Amino acid sequence: VSGLTRLVAMLAELEEQLVGCMRCGFCQSVCPLYAETGRETDVARGKLAMLDGLAHQLLADPEGVRQRLERCLLCGSCTAGCPSGVKTTDIFLQARAVLTAYLGLSPAKRVVFRQLLARPALFDRLMGWAPRLQGLVARPASAELGTSCARLQAWLGSRHFRRLADRPLHADIPSRRTAPGRAGLTAAVYVGCLTDKLFPGAGKALLAVLEHYGVGVSLPAGQACCGIPALAAGDGRGFRRLLAHNLALYDPARFDVLVTPCATCAATIRKMWPAMAQGLPPAQAERVRLIAQRTRDASELLVEQGLAPQPADQGRGEAVTFHDPCHLNKSLGVAAQPRRLLAAAGWRLAEMAESDWCCGMGGSFNLAHYELSAAIGRRKLANLAATGAPVVATGCPACLVQLSDGLSREGQKVRARHYLELCAQRL
Amino acid sequence: MSLEALARELAALAGAENVYTHEADLHAYSYDAAVLKEVRPGVVVRPTRGEDLGRVVALCNREGLPLTVRGAGTNLSGGTVPEAGGVVALTSGLNRILEINPADLYAVVEPGVVTAALAKAAAGRGLFYPPDPGSQAVSTLGGNVAENSGGLRGLKYGVTRDYVLGLEFWGVDGGLVKTGAKTVKCATGYNLAALMVGSEGTLGVVNRITLKLIPPPRASRAMVAVYHSLEGASQTVAAIIAAHIIPVTLEFLDSFTIRTVEEYAGVGLPTDAAALLLIEVDGHPAQVEEEARQVEAICRQEGAAGVQVAADAAQRDRIWEARRAAIPALARLRPTTWLEDATVPRSRIPELVAAISDISRRHRLTIGTFGHAGDGNLHPTILLDKRDAGEMARLEEARGELFAKAVELGGTLSGEHGLGLVKTGHLVEEVGRATIAWSRRLKAALDPKGILNPHKAIGD
Repeated sequence: VSGLTRLVAMLAELEEQLVGCMRCGFCQSVCPLYAETGRETDVARGKLAMLDGLAHQLLADPEGVRQRLERCLLCGSCTAGCPSGVKTTDIFLQARAVLTAYLGLSPAKRVVFRQLLARPALFDRLMGWAPRLQGLVARPASAELGTSCARLQAWLGSRHFRRLADRPLHADIPSRRTAPGRAGLTAAVYVGCLTDKLFPGAGKALLAVLEHYGVGVSLPAGQACCGIPALAAGDGRGFRRLLAHNLALYDPARFDVLVTPCATCAATIRKMWPAMAQGLPPAQAERVRLIAQRTRDASELLVEQGLAPQPADQGRGEAVTFHDPCHLNKSLGVAAQPRRLLAAAGWRLAEMAESDWCCGMGGSFNLAHYELSAAIGRRKLANLAATGAPVVATGCPACLVQLSDGLSREGQKVRARHYLELCAQRL
Repeated sequence: MSLEALARELAALAGAENVYTHEADLHAYSYDAAVLKEVRPGVVVRPTRGEDLGRVVALCNREGLPLTVRGAGTNLSGGTVPEAGGVVALTSGLNRILEINPADLYAVVEPGVVTAALAKAAAGRGLFYPPDPGSQAVSTLGGNVAENSGGLRGLKYGVTRDYVLGLEFWGVDGGLVKTGAKTVKCATGYNLAALMVGSEGTLGVVNRITLKLIPPPRASRAMVAVYHSLEGASQTVAAIIAAHIIPVTLEFLDSFTIRTVEEYAGVGLPTDAAALLLIEVDGHPAQVEEEARQVEAICRQEGAAGVQVAADAAQRDRIWEARRAAIPALARLRPTTWLEDATVPRSRIPELVAAISDISRRHRLTIGTFGHAGDGNLHPTILLDKRDAGEMARLEEARGELFAKAVELGGTLSGEHGLGLVKTGHLVEEVGRATIAWSRRLKAALDPKGILNPHKAIGD
């Protein structure tokens, strides 16, 4: 059996999903990457066609397909807008897993996903040193945004990256368990890597908001990454290791809902864990199902449970503009709820044009394709600047990294904050 | 000329970053929205200046290489499926709106401008570009010109050809041909723009388009009418026209489509209805008020079981949701969606719909029909699995009968999708041999080597 035949057999599992694409090309109108490049291989239709070509042996170079498949933000805009309901993001993640299994994982990714992320204690210890070292390689760029730029551009390019917090969240609050108050329910809290290490304030704001509304908290120590970077790299093994670690920590018997301040983590847990759970032992699969079913964005939980107060008079508050994270809006369908919380906290919403257009971050996409990522981000920056609001709020730390980078590079005086922080300030 | 040499020459004139030769890139330009086998080009080039596009045309002609120009690749008849080993020229790098002139009511655009982008830019200047093909969110104006694209507003506002004031296009030898003007009137030379519109890329390559803009209507009113018989819906259409009211949209959904949409979107459609009409009138507020009342009365007179007039924007949106959901709802039923666009004089719609349901039954094919009742342009949408050879064979027979019926009723094979590769075989039934021979003589004179989008539009 030749190698390519083995690949074709692996791709055959995608056949039923691939055939659903009617090649209408409507994904061109929503794809943030295609809007920059105009290249068919950058848009979902082209990617599905390439996978179909590979599966039917019309293409002979899987590496070429993999490279093009990785030029994708995994923002889910195409999935949300697909007229024939093709689950593009699921297909792309599965295809990346197939191609990685066939072509292998790069040594650097192997170390990160299998050695580092999969060992949260070691990862946290290493990262614990980093805040003390970052002054050596970087100098502050914006105090307001907490960004730095590299002293030597060779490593980090022209990024203005968000500085690591002096103390990660887990150093201050390693675990917590509180009894439910008037809300009568307990929320498991999943913190997420970026919240823990870059935006502990957003994590603390979530805990404060939950406490304020009488929601009990169950925050277990030693959480691992949700697994989306491993999935994006096609590393199924690394993903399953992280999943097993987290499943052991989160016993559905101990909570009613699971909340996280990270839209990407929420979307991964609610959508990707079940989609990627094939082959798990039944007990684990059942746990994935229950956890996914109960996962909510904090704003979604508060609105759904009737806990959030009615919006106050909008006329006089300070203006804030809201950026919809793709994983919140397009993956989870949550858009009105965080706005409602902001309004209830006395903020005046100044909507930007295209608030649901991707900021260009895309996690590892930003690392691999920084210039494209920044170009997509500029459209967002122009839209948010046009509102004149001094603050931009969002619901995902990954978007905060991208927004902070762009705002800092352009020298804009706009603050970028998690909506939970803005709400917690006014409790 | 070898492919390598060709790629080098294209890189020299359009920039190396704008020439694609990797198999994966070529594969991504081997299809459009028609259900056809992929045909892989030899090289793809993406010029970013009009002059470069002209040089690409001249180079292809010199070397005798088939050239297919591609906008968004949304064509439903295979018009942008290239020739094997040929050249594909993309217009996505030629997407500038060069001018919007509110005083003289026109816009000048490059061919790669997306239809909805021009409509939005025009609206931003207080003007209106009416043609709204179903793919307007992605389709390009160059493609709209090549296909003479229509849309929902055809009945009142016409189609793409009604808005083309002037064109610049590259002849096959690379000479720039100019026709029409920025003025409403122009009697200079042949009306070459009329020849180019709908020519499917077989006669020349569009470089710039001057499009007419109009003032937007100041008000509109939408309504939905439910019928228990097809005849009631059809008589309503006839009675509205007889009353000299021209609605901006007059859309039809058959019973199968109604049930499928309701199952998918749950918008509250009556699933026992035989037909649904979605009607919108627009214009001066006072006129809209009066016409909406008249249309409502006509619907009831002609036996509508229920008429609902939208009281506000939210209700209007709900009404149109049923039409917007038609394709997504139907497309989810089976893996393959084959969208036809047979068109008949509007008074013959009941006969065409009856013929479609007969064809569907005899050939054991699932067909949902919806479309533009006001202009007689229906979209029988055939749902099947392209991997099932038996079903595909039945599809071919069914299409043949559908076309024969459309022609018999005094209609046409294609209202707005063009003939591309999938209908040229039936052209003779509609226009006869002499027309095809004349068209081919024209083609041979303008494109002696036959390199411009071979086989399309008139076949060979």
